[in-house]
Amino acid sequence: MKITYDWLKDYLQTKNSENQLLDKLTDIGLEVEQIENTSADLNKFIVAKIIKTEKHPNADRLKVCDVDIGKKKLIKVVCGAENAKENLITIYASPGAIIPKNKMEITISQIRGVTSFGMLCSESELNLSEESEGIIELIPTKFKQRIGKKYFNNNTSNLIDLSITPNRPDCLGVRGIARDLATAGFGKLKISKPNKIKFIGKQKIGVKILKEKNQGCTAFGSCLITNVKNTESPKWLKDKLISVGQKPISAIVDITNYVMLDLNRPLHAYDADKINKGIIVRNAKKGESFKALDNKEYKLDEGMCVIADNSGVLGLGGIIGGIRSGTEIQTKNVLIESAYFISRSIRKTSKILNIDTDAKFRFERGIDPLSIEEGLIKSAKLIKDICGGEISKIDIQNTVKFKETNIKFEIELFEKISGFKISNKEILKILNNLGFEIKNDKKFLRLKVPSWRPDITQPIDVVEELVRIHGYDKIKKIDPIKVRSKPTLNKSQKLFHFLQRAIASKGYQETITWSFTDSKINDLFKFNMKNIEIVNPISSDLNVLRNSILSNLIMYINKNLDRGFKDLSFFEIGPVFYGSNPGEQKTVIGGLRSGKVSRSSWLEKERNVDIFDIKKDVIQTLAESGYENLKISIDEKTPSYYHPGKSGRIFFNKEKEKVVAYFGEIHPNILKKIDIKTEALIGFEIFIDNLKGQKKSLKDQKIKYEISDYQKSERDFAFVIDKNFKSQELIEVISDVDQELINNVNIFDIYEGENIPKDKKSIALNVTIQSMTKTLKEEDLEKINKLIIDTVENKTGAKIRS
Amino acid sequence: MSDLKKIKEEFLSKLGGNLNLSEINQIKSDLFGKNGLISLQFKKIGTIAEAERKKFASNLNILKVELQELINSKINEIEINEINEKLEKEKIDITLPERSFVRGKIHPVSQTIDEISSIFSEIGFSVEEGPDVENEYNNFTALNTPDNHPARDMHDTFYLDQNKEKLLRTHTSPVQIRTMLKSKPPFKIIAPGRTYRSDSDQTHSPMFHQVEGLHIDKNINMSHLKGCLNYFIKEFFEVDKIKMRFRPSHFPFTEPSAEVDIGYKIKDGKIVIGEGDKWLEILGCGMVHPNVLKNVKVDPEKYQGYAFGIGIDRLAMLKYGINDLRSFFECDYRWLNHFGFDPLDVPTNYRGLSR
Repeated sequence: MKITYDWLKDYLQTKNSENQLLDKLTDIGLEVEQIENTSADLNKFIVAKIIKTEKHPNADRLKVCDVDIGKKKLIKVVCGAENAKENLITIYASPGAIIPKNKMEITISQIRGVTSFGMLCSESELNLSEESEGIIELIPTKFKQRIGKKYFNNNTSNLIDLSITPNRPDCLGVRGIARDLATAGFGKLKISKPNKIKFIGKQKIGVKILKEKNQGCTAFGSCLITNVKNTESPKWLKDKLISVGQKPISAIVDITNYVMLDLNRPLHAYDADKINKGIIVRNAKKGESFKALDNKEYKLDEGMCVIADNSGVLGLGGIIGGIRSGTEIQTKNVLIESAYFISRSIRKTSKILNIDTDAKFRFERGIDPLSIEEGLIKSAKLIKDICGGEISKIDIQNTVKFKETNIKFEIELFEKISGFKISNKEILKILNNLGFEIKNDKKFLRLKVPSWRPDITQPIDVVEELVRIHGYDKIKKIDPIKVRSKPTLNKSQKLFHFLQRAIASKGYQETITWSFTDSKINDLFKFNMKNIEIVNPISSDLNVLRNSILSNLIMYINKNLDRGFKDLSFFEIGPVFYGSNPGEQKTVIGGLRSGKVSRSSWLEKERNVDIFDIKKDVIQTLAESGYENLKISIDEKTPSYYHPGKSGRIFFNKEKEKVVAYFGEIHPNILKKIDIKTEALIGFEIFIDNLKGQKKSLKDQKIKYEISDYQKSERDFAFVIDKNFKSQELIEVISDVDQELINNVNIFDIYEGENIPKDKKSIALNVTIQSMTKTLKEEDLEKINKLIIDTVENKTGAKIRS
Repeated sequence: MSDLKKIKEEFLSKLGGNLNLSEINQIKSDLFGKNGLISLQFKKIGTIAEAERKKFASNLNILKVELQELINSKINEIEINEINEKLEKEKIDITLPERSFVRGKIHPVSQTIDEISSIFSEIGFSVEEGPDVENEYNNFTALNTPDNHPARDMHDTFYLDQNKEKLLRTHTSPVQIRTMLKSKPPFKIIAPGRTYRSDSDQTHSPMFHQVEGLHIDKNINMSHLKGCLNYFIKEFFEVDKIKMRFRPSHFPFTEPSAEVDIGYKIKDGKIVIGEGDKWLEILGCGMVHPNVLKNVKVDPEKYQGYAFGIGIDRLAMLKYGINDLRSFFECDYRWLNHFGFDPLDVPTNYRGLSR
């Protein structure tokens, strides 16, 4: 909502400064979004006279004009207007001026090799009218004395742009804002005397609101003004509209706009002679269409509220009028509409047709249902004053009678909510000034809510009014109490934070990427899931919810590779989705590593980052997070985006109920498809929801401390075994030989090749044997040795290598 | 001359020479070996006359210790010389680069969430969560925003179905609804998380982060709200004083509603929080609307309280001087490295939020 202090003063008697006004507006919840210092800008527009024109040496359509701007010397301005000719009085924008229409700043510039010291303006550039052909031609008799003077009056006050919250339709009119200000002690509200006008005859154009289901119009007031002479608006009216950034069009249109901005009472003016018989307010029929004032043809749907006549649709009620019945400069007879439309209907229709107008914005929020007559009288009087004519009696058709809102307000509620006290006298004063009708019943007040405040429906709304007007700065501060009755984080939240920092501590940089992704990339990572599409994505490459955490990560790692970085480690912790219902998501921590380890090192041989690097990162992280004592089992069934031979799944039990993590090389086909150039790309995903909660808390785990002080022995073995045999299983077989004595099994060599059959490999391992209860003798060790060899040979078909 | 004296003189002179380790060892065995000279003398003790024996034994022991010590010190000397010689040869260029290391980083948004949680933890809030995909009811209707409410226009919503029943939550407020539906008052929670709106420019991004706050009990009023936020802002920005302004605003789910501005100034191109006469909006809040409480079966006659919603990304930008919101989500290695935090920098109450 754009206002000026000057306009406010029509309703407000005050001597306060503009800065005080700005503070007060913000204090009462009418947030000042922006101030446009129009007067300073407009100082740069000067009445000027063209003395001489010449053709531009390098451009056929341009002229170089010598312009008198009231200084001793003429200045040169390049101009493209056809009507730029000698002796024309026009408006000159000097360097530094901001053109109101497009907000461009005028500078001294070279135009095809000729320096232009400013610009000559058209009416549309100055928002004076729609006229964009040629430059302004001022009437010589009126302006020849003013050459060199500012065109715009210097007293135009700043344009104040307010952000009015959707609950305050009453402040979409200047008078409503003034009322709020006066209530808050900023000046005194000027109550204007009701306009006195002489009505002549009945309103002869019949109006009928059809009784239909979901009729969007509940009241239609109208007034006919005959024998008018439409004209350009008088200067005061034009200035008023220009001061708030509106464009004057013609007196009749300007008056309806003025009343809307002044009283928040949208009106519509019809050329009465273009209405075929009478007005019918009805639901649109399917397939009906009409051409609106924005020059667009709209196809209407059933249920949209239209204003029609016998020939068809005249306009969309409360949203936009039609071209067919619009007023023109030749219009003789005007029908003014002042109606009430239901906000739900307005909102639905404008959403479907995608129309946003000042009227729609107001009806959608709810205008004062009792303002119909006032709007008609004010506009009719102005039309008669400016355009002449006779005003008919006012006709108002109603289908629903307005019901006022009554609230029983317990005064105690104010302190209960706000935490502070104000006097009953103050409460009464505020409510009275806001327009409430009050009956005082000692403990409570019976309030009749003003008809322009549809937002106030219950006692809590009254509390807000009181706090707001009295001042939010009066609310006290009570320091919070430092008492915790519940743990801040639950177990899974603690795990989330631990994993996040555990992975980061392995050298990974944390990223946060969108929860949505490109379906083309998602296709590569969705595995056995379906795309979850966003109906209205922000762009076509962010059109599905991600099924995997790796899709975005791989794109971003690629962008960084393109920037010339090679050895990267990224991770993200966040949601992935497996369905479009709330809750069909799981939390995953996923990471990618690219490039090499020890690249170009003087110390170590460089090598590609590999699956065992990332396996270490995953297993170490799990161990650090408290899963060190759980038996990890690994198999090779992984989603299709991993390399089938170089990837694995991790479980915490042999039953393989829930996958704890995947790790492995990213499938070479994906690297090819996304065109990633790196020596190696390895990834992992840990599924946090599948990590079962630790049964024992850390403090309980620490209690049992058992170590052995007896001698420990180590024995080395080498087994020749089937090539496909998994080392994990071999370790298990050995560990199971004697779980008490065998403390550790470590593989220290894998060998294939010479001296080993083609389908076999040699696994060399070191076994640590130690007892909790005694020092083992040589014969005990021999016994275990033999048992290990026999068991392995029997269970796995391996042979000890001699 | 007695045997002992002879031995002493002979070996002192031998040990006085420039000997290597094996020569010394030879001497050692000549003296103390099975048939070494000293060993033989010890065997003689029994044969010596009673009167002389004690003195002899004493002299022998003294000689033994003397020679042993001399031999040990000789060996020690040689070993030290050997080490010194080795050290001479083992000098390396210690200015050569160390093995390379990589530093992981925590994203500034995650760090900020941890800072916020740490502050609210101190005053008794616990952390709640909700899903990113919400139904229309929890995101709007239950929050007193029926479908014809113009406030919905301020939320450019991403929908997952044509009926507009499933959507990406536009704020963290639906967590209020979920929390209150699943248990009984009092409630004292914060809910940080991802939120989504179909909007993108330097200050808007289609995904961003919010933290919701909710405190419902029997007598929680606007003074508690003001005190709580004042405490939070002061702690978060780690300044001694803060300028805070409550300004009336409108959210359908709170009544009365407020927006909160903090005072700041620009000094040397950097923003200074807590001083100056400029205002910056940082959060929205208010008393939970009775309609919302009714929707979650909490009796508004008995219970009341406040809620607030804070933009996490914006707080991070202000605190750490980040200019462009979109850069949070662009995963530029250089940016992450610059603005990220060391994983060991866990914000805590006793160590402070930030170093």
